[in-house]
Amino acid sequence: MENLFYFLASLTLLCALMVVISKNPVHSILFLIITFFTISAHYILLNAQFLAVVNIIVYAGAIMVLFLFVIMFLSVGKNERDLETSAMTKVAGTIAGGLLFVVMFAALKDAHVGTFDAENYNSQIGMVENLGKVLYTKYLLPFELASVLFLVAMVGAVMLGKKETGERHF
Amino acid sequence: MESVDLIYRGIFILVIFGITLLIATYSTYFERKIAAFIQDRVGPNRAGPFGLLQPLADAGKLFFKEEFIPAKANKALFIIGPGIAMLVAGMSSAVIPFGDMLLVGGREIWLQAIEVNIGVLYVFGIVSLGVYGLMIGGWASNNKFSLLGAIRAASQNISYELAMGLSLIAVIMMTGSLSLREIAEQQQGFNWNIWYQPLGFILFLVCAFAETNRTPFDLPESEAELIGGYHTEYGSMKLGMYLFAEYINIFVVSAVMSTLYFGAYNFPFMENLRSAISDPVLANNVVTIVGVAVMFAKIFAFIFFFMWVRWTLPRFRYDQLMKLGWQILIPLAILNVVLTGGAILLKDYLF
Repeated sequence: MENLFYFLASLTLLCALMVVISKNPVHSILFLIITFFTISAHYILLNAQFLAVVNIIVYAGAIMVLFLFVIMFLSVGKNERDLETSAMTKVAGTIAGGLLFVVMFAALKDAHVGTFDAENYNSQIGMVENLGKVLYTKYLLPFELASVLFLVAMVGAVMLGKKETGERHF
Repeated sequence: MESVDLIYRGIFILVIFGITLLIATYSTYFERKIAAFIQDRVGPNRAGPFGLLQPLADAGKLFFKEEFIPAKANKALFIIGPGIAMLVAGMSSAVIPFGDMLLVGGREIWLQAIEVNIGVLYVFGIVSLGVYGLMIGGWASNNKFSLLGAIRAASQNISYELAMGLSLIAVIMMTGSLSLREIAEQQQGFNWNIWYQPLGFILFLVCAFAETNRTPFDLPESEAELIGGYHTEYGSMKLGMYLFAEYINIFVVSAVMSTLYFGAYNFPFMENLRSAISDPVLANNVVTIVGVAVMFAKIFAFIFFFMWVRWTLPRFRYDQLMKLGWQILIPLAILNVVLTGGAILLKDYLF
């Protein structure tokens, strides 16, 4: 089990790195999809089947299809050479990434490792039934607020997308 | 799990995979025969008796054709595309309960490859991945018709997935379970979900046609507008795999529809049959085997329906397709969810 975890973790990191390194945006997207699959595999290792499948449905099945859709539209007839970045962007990217690394290091420096208690751990906690009960009792308000937030975002997207020439919306 | 169980599971998965491939192979033959029947022709009748060896002849031809890759295509993705289509198509039959339980030598044998408590979501997740094979192949061909086919496939898949998911929610609300086996068990005898969910079934059926890219929704490969759509540049067995994946998808979606709405392996008077045989073990096995036969009969009926529609209805226009998906199916699916919820509450209140 532990070997499996290390294999999956290294695969995840490798694919995530390839997302950033790939020159071709379509390759980046495909590596991102593989990353989502490996993350789902992590969920299955934790016995959280519902999260694993929902992760695949929502991210790999819907959002990434849209990403791929847009990138396919945009990169028609463009070669990899056209996507060269300037030196300024590279410096800015390095600094931003380095700062993010510092923040992550600071956050995880004091994290406790090995707090897992195999004796008292309920292995069924990630099942749909338990998750549903927790979401609809203990976390009902945040759950409903999140859904309202999604609705607002959706209506906003429709309003922005509907704009036509010579027509005022607001 | 014991090692005997593991071996049994392995064998069962291989058998299911073999049956899936066999049915997909002969779907190509029956598609042509049914087309011939509807158009008052004879259809393939040269290879073997009644032309039954025609699929083998086709496969032989496809395997021996030249492997052609366009010069400016993205070579790796061009080869991976049909592979993904095939892989994804073959994955979802794993959770479908093809039959109840057999008792052999005191051992319970469930006729289902893997039982997961999220079976419906698993199928839904795999269906949502089905479009990648088309998109990757279409984009990697470096051909504008292929790209248009790929883009059509993506937007069609996304649009109809929503209505499909919403029509599934009504079934899940009724049965209270995401496991396909439990959904099948609750439809004991003639108590099928279709009687409670007629609207949901019609929505699911329409979405199933769209998700498998069958006529009247085969816009991604419409030959009149896009030459061949996403597989314009494909030839030999790579094309064969795309076409084959379509037939596997039809088989799987037929099995899912039979399980969700038409009672899976349940058939009318199954309890009468069970009580008519005195030996309980024998009775169980007879009922299970008849159930498997009934399940496959339902699947074949749906496959026939897919072919019947293909040779009867013309293709939609693309804007009509989008309008149907977003403005008709999704509101109807939401209405169905609301009605189902209301009916469940009313039932609690009245009885």
